[in-house]
Amino acid sequence: MDLYEYQAKDLFAAHGVPVLPGKTVETAEDAKAAAAELGTAVVVKAQVKVGGRGKAGGVKLAETPDEAAEKATAILGLDIKGHTVHRVLVTTASDIAEEYYFSFLLDRSNRTFLAMASAEGGMEIEQLAVERPDALARIPIDAIVGVDKAKAVDILTQAKFPAVVIDDAADAVVKLWETFVSEDATLVEVNPLVRDPQDKIIALDGKVTLDDNAEFRHPDHAALVDQRTENALEAKAKAKGLNYVKLDDGQVGIIGNGAGLVMSTLDVVAYAGEKHGGVKPANFLDIGGGASAQVMADGLDVILGDPDVKAVFVNVFGGITACDAVATGIVEALKILGDSATKPLVVRLDGNNVVEGRKILDDANHPLVTQVDTMDNAADKAAELAHAGA
Amino acid sequence: MSIFLNENSKVIVQGITGGEGTKHSTKMLAAGTNIVGGVNARKAGTTVEIGGKSLPVFGTVEEAMKETGANVSVAFVPPKFTKDAVIEAIDAEIPLLVIITEGVPVHDSAYFWAHAVAKGNKTRIIGPNCPGIISPGKSNAGIIPADIAGAGKIGLVSKSGTLTYQMMYELREIGFSTAIGIGGDPVIGTTHIDALEAFEADPETAAIVMIGEIGGDAEERAAAYIKEHVTKPVVGYVAGFTAPEGKTMGHAGAIVSGSAGTAQAKKEALEAAGVKVGKTPSETADLMREIIAGL
Repeated sequence: MDLYEYQAKDLFAAHGVPVLPGKTVETAEDAKAAAAELGTAVVVKAQVKVGGRGKAGGVKLAETPDEAAEKATAILGLDIKGHTVHRVLVTTASDIAEEYYFSFLLDRSNRTFLAMASAEGGMEIEQLAVERPDALARIPIDAIVGVDKAKAVDILTQAKFPAVVIDDAADAVVKLWETFVSEDATLVEVNPLVRDPQDKIIALDGKVTLDDNAEFRHPDHAALVDQRTENALEAKAKAKGLNYVKLDDGQVGIIGNGAGLVMSTLDVVAYAGEKHGGVKPANFLDIGGGASAQVMADGLDVILGDPDVKAVFVNVFGGITACDAVATGIVEALKILGDSATKPLVVRLDGNNVVEGRKILDDANHPLVTQVDTMDNAADKAAELAHAGA
Repeated sequence: MSIFLNENSKVIVQGITGGEGTKHSTKMLAAGTNIVGGVNARKAGTTVEIGGKSLPVFGTVEEAMKETGANVSVAFVPPKFTKDAVIEAIDAEIPLLVIITEGVPVHDSAYFWAHAVAKGNKTRIIGPNCPGIISPGKSNAGIIPADIAGAGKIGLVSKSGTLTYQMMYELREIGFSTAIGIGGDPVIGTTHIDALEAFEADPETAAIVMIGEIGGDAEERAAAYIKEHVTKPVVGYVAGFTAPEGKTMGHAGAIVSGSAGTAQAKKEALEAAGVKVGKTPSETADLMREIIAGL
């Protein structure tokens, strides 16, 4: 899960990383009140989970509370790269002497963690890595040893941070490491980390990604999920414990078992769609190993509730799951859904107990269900039906 | 020959008394796996009846190895306890550890990997979040259904479980020396490269299928390895061309971040290394059939 800047900074503050005071608000009126309360010039910052906010007009300086209200009005409701701004962070404006870059992240290739630091901050890290690779220090971190003050000093020295800030910045780095580890983050990024005219170090921005697999030891992280910007179908699927991702501009609903097979199914449908008016997959839905009737019904319910979907492709390879159980699940699911099931279903079953499974669907003879023997042909049929129904 | 797992493998199951552990131990035994015991600290000294066999339960992996001569452990341990279970197996220096568990926090995986490295990499780790490894007709360590395909000359390595099953099914008339699911997490033990290296050295393997998916750069690095070191024919398949940027597609590691980790880049890297890449699993299987027919 990616966090908003204000959520990232809340975590930073909780772990002792220096940040500036601020308040997150949803109206111009509250922005004015927040600015008045801070009693300083403020920066009004759009809270969206996408980079390039400044260039898009989502970050503005305000000298007075009235001006803060004005800027908030301009920013709230903005569309920044497809993300609507619902909230702004009103935070104390800071004089900046110098900008730096710092992050801890997971290094998949080396199966360890990485510190990335640069004394040249203020630009996007991807750009920095390409244009000034020598200015970006990349230092592997041993997951067992971690980062203490000495290690932090070492990282910052290698990144050529000026001597005057190394001690303070190293303290911040140790606290960022604590944030990274104790919150189970896969990314903690500060861009920019700044030195103010008094040589104080401040995390002026923050980006944090949390590991969803670690939710069991962080019950408090559930509160960080933004219900409002969550896709309604994704929220519904999540409530039912389904692994679902909505895709844009798709017409073929997909249900399958196993993440790899479902990803592959999406691709095969898109490939088949090239011959049928360019129809595309509408979603990813993995019902996992044990496809019970209820799970199948829940899955179909979510997918049939998607107005974009014109046809559904159920693609199951019976590995551990038996195809007869899946077939029974489909038949039962259609009973549970009754008249609310209105779109054609193409079903491809293969593997464990496939003969029994196909027979169950043949015997049920449901008018919406078409069986096709192979994945490629079934994808073609589903694309064809979706194109006809669009 | 086969790789990593063979008829001499003596298997213990960490978490044998749990629901998944019992269910899949039964299936592994039915497939001919030589399971010699299990591990559960709270039930040490007892026995469990599985598939008509009475199996001893030990308190630790070390004890189980000492008593039974086990050289493989398959872990069905909940995510919360996986890190400790893995460290225990590494400390006991078991030669092969298969971690089936899905949902292990990546900080835990990075930690136990660092531990394995610090201990001199004496334990080959497969997984986590994987279906395990099967050398058909010899042994099955994990949850890959043993009846999909028999023994033959194809080696298969895949991030995905169900795509492993699908590909084994498509190529069942040829059969497999070993099929190995390395797992869909961002940090895993055995990599595509490790499997490719072992298949290249295995006289029973004539050709290799490599299945990848979005996220990370494991496929790109495997492509570079193939170019330099693999003389046997390799066909490839990559899943996730239609996956949107920034969304996790089921597997914790299956995510395109910015322009990194796309299926297109992986396909191009593999093709540049001389690997034929299929557009669908069936087309990939066709490519393999052509290769086998021409050998």
